[in-house]
Amino acid sequence: MRTICIEPQYEAWRAAARQLLARAVAPEDLLWSDEPKEALLFSGENSAAKVHKGEAIKVPLAFLDMARSAATHSDGRRWALLYRTLWRLTLGGEKHLLSMATDRDVRQIQDWCKAVGRDLHKMHAFVRFRLVSVNEETGREQFVAWFEPDHRIVRLAVPFFEKRFAGMDWSILTPYECAHWDGKQLHFTAGVPRSSAPDEDALDDLWRTYYRSIFNPARLKISAMQSEMPKKYWKNLPEAPLIATLIAESAGRVQGMMDTEERPAKPAPNNAYLKSLHDMNQ
Amino acid sequence: MDITRKLQILADAAKYDASCASSGAARKDSRGSTGVGSTGGAGICHSYTPDGRCVSLLKVLMTNACLYDCHYCINRRSSNVTRARFTPEEIVRLTLDFYKRNYIEGLFLSSGIIQSADHTMELVIEVARKLREEHHFRGYIHLKTIPEASPSLIALAGRYADRISINVELPSQQSLNTLAPEKNLARTEEAMGHIREKIDERYAEKRRPDAPKPPPFATGQSTQMLVGADASTDAVLLNCADKLYTNHRLRRVYYSAFSPIPEPSSILPLKAPPLIREHRLYQADWLLRFYDFKVEEITSPAAPNLDLALDPKLAWALRNRETFPVDVNKAPREMLLRIPGLGVRNVERIVRARRYTRLRLADLIRLRLQMKKLLPFIMTADHHPAKLGLDSDSLRARFLPPPEQLELSFAAPPAPAPSDFLSVRSGEL
Repeated sequence: MRTICIEPQYEAWRAAARQLLARAVAPEDLLWSDEPKEALLFSGENSAAKVHKGEAIKVPLAFLDMARSAATHSDGRRWALLYRTLWRLTLGGEKHLLSMATDRDVRQIQDWCKAVGRDLHKMHAFVRFRLVSVNEETGREQFVAWFEPDHRIVRLAVPFFEKRFAGMDWSILTPYECAHWDGKQLHFTAGVPRSSAPDEDALDDLWRTYYRSIFNPARLKISAMQSEMPKKYWKNLPEAPLIATLIAESAGRVQGMMDTEERPAKPAPNNAYLKSLHDMNQ
Repeated sequence: MDITRKLQILADAAKYDASCASSGAARKDSRGSTGVGSTGGAGICHSYTPDGRCVSLLKVLMTNACLYDCHYCINRRSSNVTRARFTPEEIVRLTLDFYKRNYIEGLFLSSGIIQSADHTMELVIEVARKLREEHHFRGYIHLKTIPEASPSLIALAGRYADRISINVELPSQQSLNTLAPEKNLARTEEAMGHIREKIDERYAEKRRPDAPKPPPFATGQSTQMLVGADASTDAVLLNCADKLYTNHRLRRVYYSAFSPIPEPSSILPLKAPPLIREHRLYQADWLLRFYDFKVEEITSPAAPNLDLALDPKLAWALRNRETFPVDVNKAPREMLLRIPGLGVRNVERIVRARRYTRLRLADLIRLRLQMKKLLPFIMTADHHPAKLGLDSDSLRARFLPPPEQLELSFAAPPAPAPSDFLSVRSGEL
């Protein structure tokens, strides 16, 4: 049994997995760790291990996509399971494995991918940029956002923001990693605490006005809202403090509508266009 | 009037339009430009209000002043609602400011009709033109168009917009004559036909290898129908939707339960919105678009309305028990799609997996399928439903929800409706 220690990143897992597979190291002979204190990769390696030379390892492209996504999941078992699946797809002879959504391992990886995909989607949706300054030299507006993803998805999430917000400078701060865009390139820095990000934006009030006005009190469906926007996100959404009031007021607002006296139809004003419509409809 | 008050009035005026999609646009983004914006991926819902609807676009009217007198609409000319009007610059500023803070995916702009259809269209188009040409905005734009506007203006709207739409509102001219006397179904369909030609042209050009760039035009059109404002049955609504999907290739038909408005009309008394009916219509709509069902399989002259207690696929299966059980290891894909509780994605999974293995119940459980719903209708390597009594009359009772009030009562609105538990996304089966 050997312990493989890697950085908690897809690239590190892939490099290690490639070497291990080339030496035909079976998944059951390995323990994986992304704790930095563990021994280095292949220290004290057994030289008798069989090495497959010159043979490129071929796996379906779909597996690489799955692995890249699952690698960001917070579950500690992911490295081992990804390696076992890689083994089964190649040396294990189960080329068709990814077609088997009913397989336990495939299912587990797909579940991780789904959780990561949802986390990514929610990050794209719920990041809120706050204007902090305007660069005097370039005239570019500078925005900062705070987000707390469940998984280590910052690097997967930023291409979206780069494409969408190319014309402004921005930083997205998270507890474990931060991403920054200056109009030319992206760079990454270590995570920061919540207090490093601004709390408010001057536009938040206008946004809340919109949120309040677009809500229809006559069709309350609270559970539908919460399943798509779970409470854990609320603390970082400027509109969320309105929710309780909107719900509480809705019954009274609808009753007010029901109690309003019905308005009679007014006669048509003298308008040439309206007249032409009425003529056409005859 | 300040911008906050205007936003309040003109968002309130726009909220009865159910359309919220921001997907299906051509791929474009802001890289290499001084602007912001991207489209082409899946749509993103940036927030949700307690009505369960998503907030993805800044949905406002240019003005809520209107010449028309549609009695279901808060903005009709007979309503005493406070009127307001944005300038094009104000909407442009709001859109960009909201977009840069990642509150929204783009703009959904509609308007009350003032002076004439053409004049109103010109105002709406001017906002889109400014966003695209002066601010290099590449986010999503949905423009509401007016069937009576001149074709050249509709073509111009399509140049700037990712999606354009005309609302049918009511599925028969008879209903329109009573409730929306200025509207005409034939003219609406004619305009949709022209839009379809434009969209088709776009795709035809794109396919030609020597065509450098497709002519800019919206990638899709959609519409909305009101549910419960008139006496139209579900069969009428679904037949109308089906015709629009077939004839004009609409991306979406939205069904909007007629809900109370602050300015009720004497011609159309207020009542509780038929939310479950709306939900069933979306499910039926999904069956038409993705499951190859025909309207006459879902509704019939004897039962022109959908069963509110059961989803329409399950209701169909119970009416057609002789078709079941279906062998998941052998049945063709189109038969698998007919099984209650089995969605498009899981059908694909089953079709792929069964090439390599004979599926057993444990496999289906691992796919997290709704076994209780499925079991009476399927066969697997280790399961045959005979002993569950597929032919017994108790089968329907097995699927009925516990007796509960179906219409939402306004007296106690915070209690979640049974529909909330069936599916959180309308239309998903």
